[in-house]
Amino acid sequence: MATIETPRARPASTPRPRLTDRLVRFAEAATTPLLPADYLDLFHPLRSGASLRGRIEEVRPETADAATIVIRPGADWAGHVPGQYVRVGIDVDGVRQWRAYSLTHGPRADGRISITVKAVPDGTVSHHLVRSARAGTLVHLEQAAGEFVLPPEGGPLLFVTAGSGVTPVIGMLRNLFPVVDDGVLRLPRSAGHDIVVVHVAPSEPDSIFLDDLRALDAAGAVRLVARYDDVHGVLDVDELGELVPDLAQRRTFACGPAGLLEALERHHEAAGLELFTEQFRSARVEPGDGGTVSFTLNGTTVEADGGTPILDAAEEAGVLMPSGCRMGICYGCVLPLREGAVRDLRTGEVTTASSLESDTGGVPIQTCINAAAGACDIDH
Amino acid sequence: MTTIQKKPENPIAHLTPEDIEAIGVELDAIRQEIVDSRGEADAAYIRKVIDVQRKLELGSRAVLLASLFPPAWVVGTAGLSVAKVLENMEIGHNILHGQWDWMRDPKIHSTTWEWDMATPSEQWKHSHNELHHTYTNVIGKDNDLGYGIMRVDEDQTWHPFYLAQPVWNFINACFFEYGIAAYDLELGANIKRKRTKDPEFQKRVKGVLKKIRRQATKDYLVHPALSGPSFLPTLAANFTANVVRNLWSHSIIMCGHFPEGVETFEKRSIDGETRGEWYVRQMLGSANISGGKAMHVMSGNLSHQIEHHLFPDLPSNRYAEIAPKVRALFEKYDLNYHTAPFPQQVASAWHKVVRLSLPNGWLAQTTPRNAPQQLAKLYKMTTGGPKVRRAIAARDRQMAARAA
Repeated sequence: MATIETPRARPASTPRPRLTDRLVRFAEAATTPLLPADYLDLFHPLRSGASLRGRIEEVRPETADAATIVIRPGADWAGHVPGQYVRVGIDVDGVRQWRAYSLTHGPRADGRISITVKAVPDGTVSHHLVRSARAGTLVHLEQAAGEFVLPPEGGPLLFVTAGSGVTPVIGMLRNLFPVVDDGVLRLPRSAGHDIVVVHVAPSEPDSIFLDDLRALDAAGAVRLVARYDDVHGVLDVDELGELVPDLAQRRTFACGPAGLLEALERHHEAAGLELFTEQFRSARVEPGDGGTVSFTLNGTTVEADGGTPILDAAEEAGVLMPSGCRMGICYGCVLPLREGAVRDLRTGEVTTASSLESDTGGVPIQTCINAAAGACDIDH
Repeated sequence: MTTIQKKPENPIAHLTPEDIEAIGVELDAIRQEIVDSRGEADAAYIRKVIDVQRKLELGSRAVLLASLFPPAWVVGTAGLSVAKVLENMEIGHNILHGQWDWMRDPKIHSTTWEWDMATPSEQWKHSHNELHHTYTNVIGKDNDLGYGIMRVDEDQTWHPFYLAQPVWNFINACFFEYGIAAYDLELGANIKRKRTKDPEFQKRVKGVLKKIRRQATKDYLVHPALSGPSFLPTLAANFTANVVRNLWSHSIIMCGHFPEGVETFEKRSIDGETRGEWYVRQMLGSANISGGKAMHVMSGNLSHQIEHHLFPDLPSNRYAEIAPKVRALFEKYDLNYHTAPFPQQVASAWHKVVRLSLPNGWLAQTTPRNAPQQLAKLYKMTTGGPKVRRAIAARDRQMAARAA
């Protein structure tokens, strides 16, 4: 909310500020201590120049516990490549939460984007999106990101997907093979792609996008190998050679839980095969009791037990900390938790921050009443 | 008023240490209930208030572009005054307390918010959240009592200088935002102790001046300039709105800790204070304003000053809900829940300002009949030196003792 600093004097050599710059400064002088954007946001939050947001336009159920959320992004949305993901910030019970989701439709003519979300156990945000999200809600967005995209030259490819790991792959496949009323379109630009999809799910009804995959398989666009844990047993990566006889000729793209990806990495490294992976759900932060607190900016690390406020532990170790009342009321000691977990010593409530929050500045915590509940990275 | 420890009848003498800790436990439970149920409705509330405030400010400023036309001036000035009050009280004050930090919205957060006020939020958070809310009503520690320029307690030696205290208080009320800025800088103390050359202090002064310059540029230059031929009326409208906001916030704050009957505490008494004892000090050191919804919103819910001081970081929109529970706790432990309508609390606070501007007991002893003698005594005390004052005070005490 800070206004942009206006330089008092300008060296003679610099060019005169452009008219628009002067208008911006004038508008800032008229709206201080807020910014012109704070007023414009009241009327047009999706305008160009606003911080990137989107409006949910449709929530379409996919399975019993998955839904596709169609979002109209703000004017500054820069587009995406199929397979990329987007970070979405949404208020759940009034609290801003950030998660990353794969974009499940290729760039669309209507300019909208969509993510497909599966409600995972204990998943606050995924449950909210699948069950409670309503059209009209504003969400916060970041530009699409991710290296897990289709190679433009095509060639023989293998996709290994597990659970909701299918979502980036669906994004890529929909872009290659658009589905219209008459069925799957075979576009000339997709002719060079020879794709096998090994899709793993706990059981058949749990399998999101299975209908899409089957339709593509039926149209001959891809070859689908579906594996259900309850029917076939948990996939052993050594079986891949049997499921996909020409495995050695294919470049493998895998997306799914950490365990599967690690097993694939070992397998492919041993066999000397190419592998690209994507894992966007960062490992869950499990709260413990005490831990190492790292202050990322001044480079100090402090061993803190689970009963001592981070503020006290850090000060004892000689770190100069912002502080105030030391009883949880004045908020003079708040610092951003980049990654890790802390426990409120008054209530036992645990606050966690994962790498997802860390990109947006971390979760601010009061260090005077929170103790480390595991390793913590704090910006200070 | 005199500190609770020196009173002949200490209002908490009947509480055992166990009682005090039990009060703490019960208050913690009330707090936890709100923390557990904070959610979407609360977030929607603060966003709504911010939305309304911004639209009201924009609308009022737009109307004032034609402020040459008197009805536009009246409507625009009234709207701008209300917008400024809302911005400072229900929005700024409460966000800066961290009441909305739990939403994790970087736009509505105690660490990023800047308010429409002469004093920069960063400095205000130190003197208000940290000093005033920790050392509430402790004489010598909590400078909110009289802002360091007034006599707020019988135990402070009277000096003729204090006769002007009601005038000071009124001027401070009109330009309250600058008073707060000076107070946050501890300007008086820093000048007295010759610390004005301290680089840390100078940095803070610079921060305040920058903030004041920006605020003044907006209200007294940019907005009037946009009004063209209505330049002067718009400037007057901004000035009026700022004074209205200042008078209002000063009154609300006086009502919070200054009415007769609100307790003060000795410095020694908070050594090793427990959480329970801290809670009890907050309970007795604050006063509420009774009234309707409008009163609550316009006062930033400081009409629930008691609840606010017990739980400064709970969302303001929930104070009304916990007030009956807090009040029941006061009754259970036979404590005085100090609440009265606004005019009564303002009058009571001003009465105290006037009473303490005069020598101890002077106002109470004065009747129409003895007025000439009393005035003569006051004249003597004002023109005589400290010796004369001490002698008169001693004689008064003797007479009072004999009468008793």
